[in-house]
Amino acid sequence: MRVSEERGKEIPMDTTRRGFLKTAATAAGAAAVTRDLAHAEVHQHQAVPSDPALRVKSPESLLVEKGLVDRAALDVLVDTYEQKIGPRNGARVVARAWVDPTYKQRLLTDADKAIGELGYGGEQGEHMVVVENTPKVHNVIVCTLCSCYPWALLGLPPVWYKSDAYRSRVVIDPRGVLREFGLDLPEDVEVRVWDSTADLRYLVLPERPRGTEKLKEDALAGLVTRDAMIGVAKVMPAQKAGQKEGKK
Amino acid sequence: MNGVHDIGGMQNFGLIEREENEPVFHARWEGRVWALRQGLKPWGKWNADASRYASSTIPPSEYLRMSYYERQAAALVALLVQSGLVTRAEIESGKPAPGSPKAIPPLTADQVPLVIAKGHPASREVSVAPRFQAGQQVRVRNIHPPGHTRLPRYARGKLGTVERDHGVFVFPDSNAHFLSEKPQHVYAVRFAARELWGEQATLRDAVYLDLWDDYLERV
Repeated sequence: MRVSEERGKEIPMDTTRRGFLKTAATAAGAAAVTRDLAHAEVHQHQAVPSDPALRVKSPESLLVEKGLVDRAALDVLVDTYEQKIGPRNGARVVARAWVDPTYKQRLLTDADKAIGELGYGGEQGEHMVVVENTPKVHNVIVCTLCSCYPWALLGLPPVWYKSDAYRSRVVIDPRGVLREFGLDLPEDVEVRVWDSTADLRYLVLPERPRGTEKLKEDALAGLVTRDAMIGVAKVMPAQKAGQKEGKK
Repeated sequence: MNGVHDIGGMQNFGLIEREENEPVFHARWEGRVWALRQGLKPWGKWNADASRYASSTIPPSEYLRMSYYERQAAALVALLVQSGLVTRAEIESGKPAPGSPKAIPPLTADQVPLVIAKGHPASREVSVAPRFQAGQQVRVRNIHPPGHTRLPRYARGKLGTVERDHGVFVFPDSNAHFLSEKPQHVYAVRFAARELWGEQATLRDAVYLDLWDDYLERV
């Protein structure tokens, strides 16, 4: 919430240089701000370097007019990642691994093949590695250089995953970051941070919670959260999962 | 480039702000900017490495102030102009140059699912000998390339152990500048947390990084 509210407020003009750049940069994406407004800003602040990249509004209409993109294709792209490709994909993979030990073995040794068996893969999931949490090893995923993330299994990443705060700190202070997420790991658990700055994309296979022995694969998938597959949370048994969602 | 994007190990960015039930995009323009970057890929005017490099060349003071999608928007404009798909004048005016021909979009709505399913693999089926093997100790080269690189600063000069050979991939440092794909092996390398961060780190913890052959040297 905070993010969008803040951004909405920042679009109006500001007389400081910082404010100008912020307004201009927002305008780079927000069609709501007209080019005239951006130009008015430039005239008010002649000393400011006028980088077009920061001054223009969204180039969508230009690109459509030039025939470089098809508006309907953009709609389908947005809709696909808003509605179809998300953490439920990853949750199905995890649940399958929990109920089928041979599948789990394949998943840990040849993730692409095993994930492909469930029909997933493709964009930002071309080269997958799955790392397993155990009572003695806890894995957590980051990309310190940008925001690399297994889209094919988790969808697009949340703002916090892309934030400078998370990216900078989880490699140097993983236990502190995990505590911030409510996960206080004992000293005897080894924490492994996977900084996925190359073309491999990572998924954490969380531990199956106790008390879920009778649950079927679908019900298990329902317990698996995005955060558990990034490695900043554990999967909770059904009752606790409900409670956890209720608070905070 | 020792850019502002390379922030692993930096301190003082504050608490991690989380949001319950977060939407995929917080405003319509975010989704449009993201989709434009996807929708323009089939033109083949730039590759994933060039695209990442464009984001990392945003001036540091701007980069830190911008939101994620503001960075994406700025990088998109840079890519469009550098590739020649649009001119600076067109970006400024928001209109196609008079008399400029109209292209036919290479990506249509019905092709989107196929393109997503296919993805953009960075691995290459070429035979290149690996320089290292799993279990081998390696040192990360102390290099500071002025162009694109995917070697985080915090690992340079550090000792690690090859955990796994991922196979042969395109080399970003050359590919981002359209020089050559220079395919080579990429390895998961394990670094003891204390090797990277000293005594303050927990003894048993570790950081894993995927590193190309050209980033590593023998010990």
